[in-house]
Amino acid sequence: MTRDHILHRIRTALGRSAGQAAPADLPPVRLLVPEVDREARILSFTARLEALGGTVQRAATTQEACALVAAAIEGKSALASNAPFLAECGIAALAGVETGITDRQRLQERCAAIKVGITSADYALADTGSLVMLSTAHEARLVSLLPPEHIAVVPVERLLTGLDELFTVLPRPAEQTSSMVLITGPSRTADIEQILVRGAHGPGQVLAILVG
Amino acid sequence: MSVEFDQKAHETLADANLQLAIYTSTGRLKRGRVASVASDVLPDYQELRTQANAIKKHAIDNLDYYLEEFERNVTARGGKVVYCKDATAVADFVLGLAKERGAGLIVKSKSMTTEEVDLNERLEHHGLESVETDLGEYILQLNHEKPYHIVLPALHKTRYDVAEIFTRRLNAPHETVIEKQTALACGVLRDKFLKADIGISGANFLVADSGAIVIIENEGNARLTTTAPRVHIVLAGIEKVIPRARDLATFLKLLARSATGQFLSAYTSFLSGARRPGEIDGPDEFYVVLLDNGRTRLLPDREKRQTLYCIRCGACLNACPVYRKIGGYSFPGVYSGPIGAILTPQFLGVTHEPALPFASSLCGACAEVCPVKIDIPKVLLELRSEVQKAETRDNRNRLERLSFRAFAWLMTHPRLYEMAGRIAAWMAPAGEGKWISSAPPWMNLPPVRAWLSQRDLPPPPAKSFREQWRQRR
Repeated sequence: MTRDHILHRIRTALGRSAGQAAPADLPPVRLLVPEVDREARILSFTARLEALGGTVQRAATTQEACALVAAAIEGKSALASNAPFLAECGIAALAGVETGITDRQRLQERCAAIKVGITSADYALADTGSLVMLSTAHEARLVSLLPPEHIAVVPVERLLTGLDELFTVLPRPAEQTSSMVLITGPSRTADIEQILVRGAHGPGQVLAILVG
Repeated sequence: MSVEFDQKAHETLADANLQLAIYTSTGRLKRGRVASVASDVLPDYQELRTQANAIKKHAIDNLDYYLEEFERNVTARGGKVVYCKDATAVADFVLGLAKERGAGLIVKSKSMTTEEVDLNERLEHHGLESVETDLGEYILQLNHEKPYHIVLPALHKTRYDVAEIFTRRLNAPHETVIEKQTALACGVLRDKFLKADIGISGANFLVADSGAIVIIENEGNARLTTTAPRVHIVLAGIEKVIPRARDLATFLKLLARSATGQFLSAYTSFLSGARRPGEIDGPDEFYVVLLDNGRTRLLPDREKRQTLYCIRCGACLNACPVYRKIGGYSFPGVYSGPIGAILTPQFLGVTHEPALPFASSLCGACAEVCPVKIDIPKVLLELRSEVQKAETRDNRNRLERLSFRAFAWLMTHPRLYEMAGRIAAWMAPAGEGKWISSAPPWMNLPPVRAWLSQRDLPPPPAKSFREQWRQRR
């Protein structure tokens, strides 16, 4: 069997035997979470995402967030994920916003047709301007991927400092979801003459609304 | 120096447009990297490199352990791990699965490993349609070319080349505006994504404690490849395994910065299998194909083993004065630049392209920028020594070996050395200029001429160092 053959070759080359544990010389995990106050985190997130061509807006309340989304999608077709926070904000109930899709095929068809995908996010990262999206029954993968515009409405307390804090809060993401995606700015390519083009296969526009 | 290597290098050197394209592209990536690891934006850059190196070293030193842990965790969530020894085995597995599922259309995201095993050609040979979805890779697939650079596959193509390829291969109207070319390709590919039966991706990391794979990309094509089709197949080299998800905090900070100067790529996907009950989308089936294809050959030697730490960022290509002149296609195999110069000979055997380990000035720029601290010059020296041993064994390059033996003998006999120096000074014309070009024609014979085609010696001084030393003492 190829598996056993390859593992045997590896063990012979390394001088190890089957079932032998790894020695204790694995370096300790290196996660350093800095203390950064809320305003500084918001400033950093905004600066980073905007440097990448994304947009950041702030809403003091859920109603305000709802109004910002309404303004952003005016005149465009939109689809909202099933995230409870979007319902809480009243976004799922906005006129012209499709939501509540749980069928895979239908979701794919709708996401390929509409202009704006609206999601929440599980976390955001201040020092990279990233949105962290875990795939769940509430949050499908394609809503933030197929439509040309992506709006993410995120409670501000979900804004972490960065990767080190993310993996401190979520040391084993696989226990919660089959898919965790870090979205850092709009989809982009520079494959022809290294000229930057925003919006390749994913959304060319990303708007993050921080709530609270 | 092999004829093919030499010829391709000279072709590249003679092509002014290509020289400019390589120089500006790699230059831009170089500057991006430097800015993104500067001490004011990433103060612990060196500590991160040290940590990344230590983790990789540990993972490779205990590779069987982490592969088994990875496999256990993938299997526990219903995924399947398949080991393949070579390109044929990979193609057979994919073909078998495609047949079982009645699949005809495959979408692929960028993966050097699939290039390494010629996966597209092998699948298409059996009547499957296998489509590259990364813009650069798609352009190259349409034109039947291999990637020029690990990170920028179509570095050598201009917008005019692309317009010509799209017109010829897609029957598209002639279009030279890059935004429109991108939109055109993405439109064609969108349709493929939504119809595809199988998605094939590579992996930047295999995470043992999670049974997960990590993919880093900018366009969104890897997300689509791993989300839209019902079946997701991952192809990754066995060396890609890291112990813990938390180690990604270290590697992710280094990878995109080293590759393009981004803090993070637009999309970092952490995928641990098929969609779970309740999840709305994602694949129904998840397979990870672990490829050997020569990798286990690198393990016995402790020094050369470090070649397997590579995370394919491409920083060494951009830093390399040799790559920046001779470009990607001079290198045999799909991996170019300094990392290619140490990977390819070890995958295929040093005698396959013996010139490779010598195509370096050993300046050390590659080792300086490597995010996992691979000592590339040191491995190059090891490989040079292997090439020499192989040539001795096969009794090749006898004249060169004889000359070096004679030289070594002369160097260890000071009186004779001095006498030889005097004879050389007497024979050579005095004054400025190149020694050999003004040397008598009888000396300019083929073996000497070949050696001197890339080198020259200054004229010997009227008084040697040893003579001057004696006078001043």
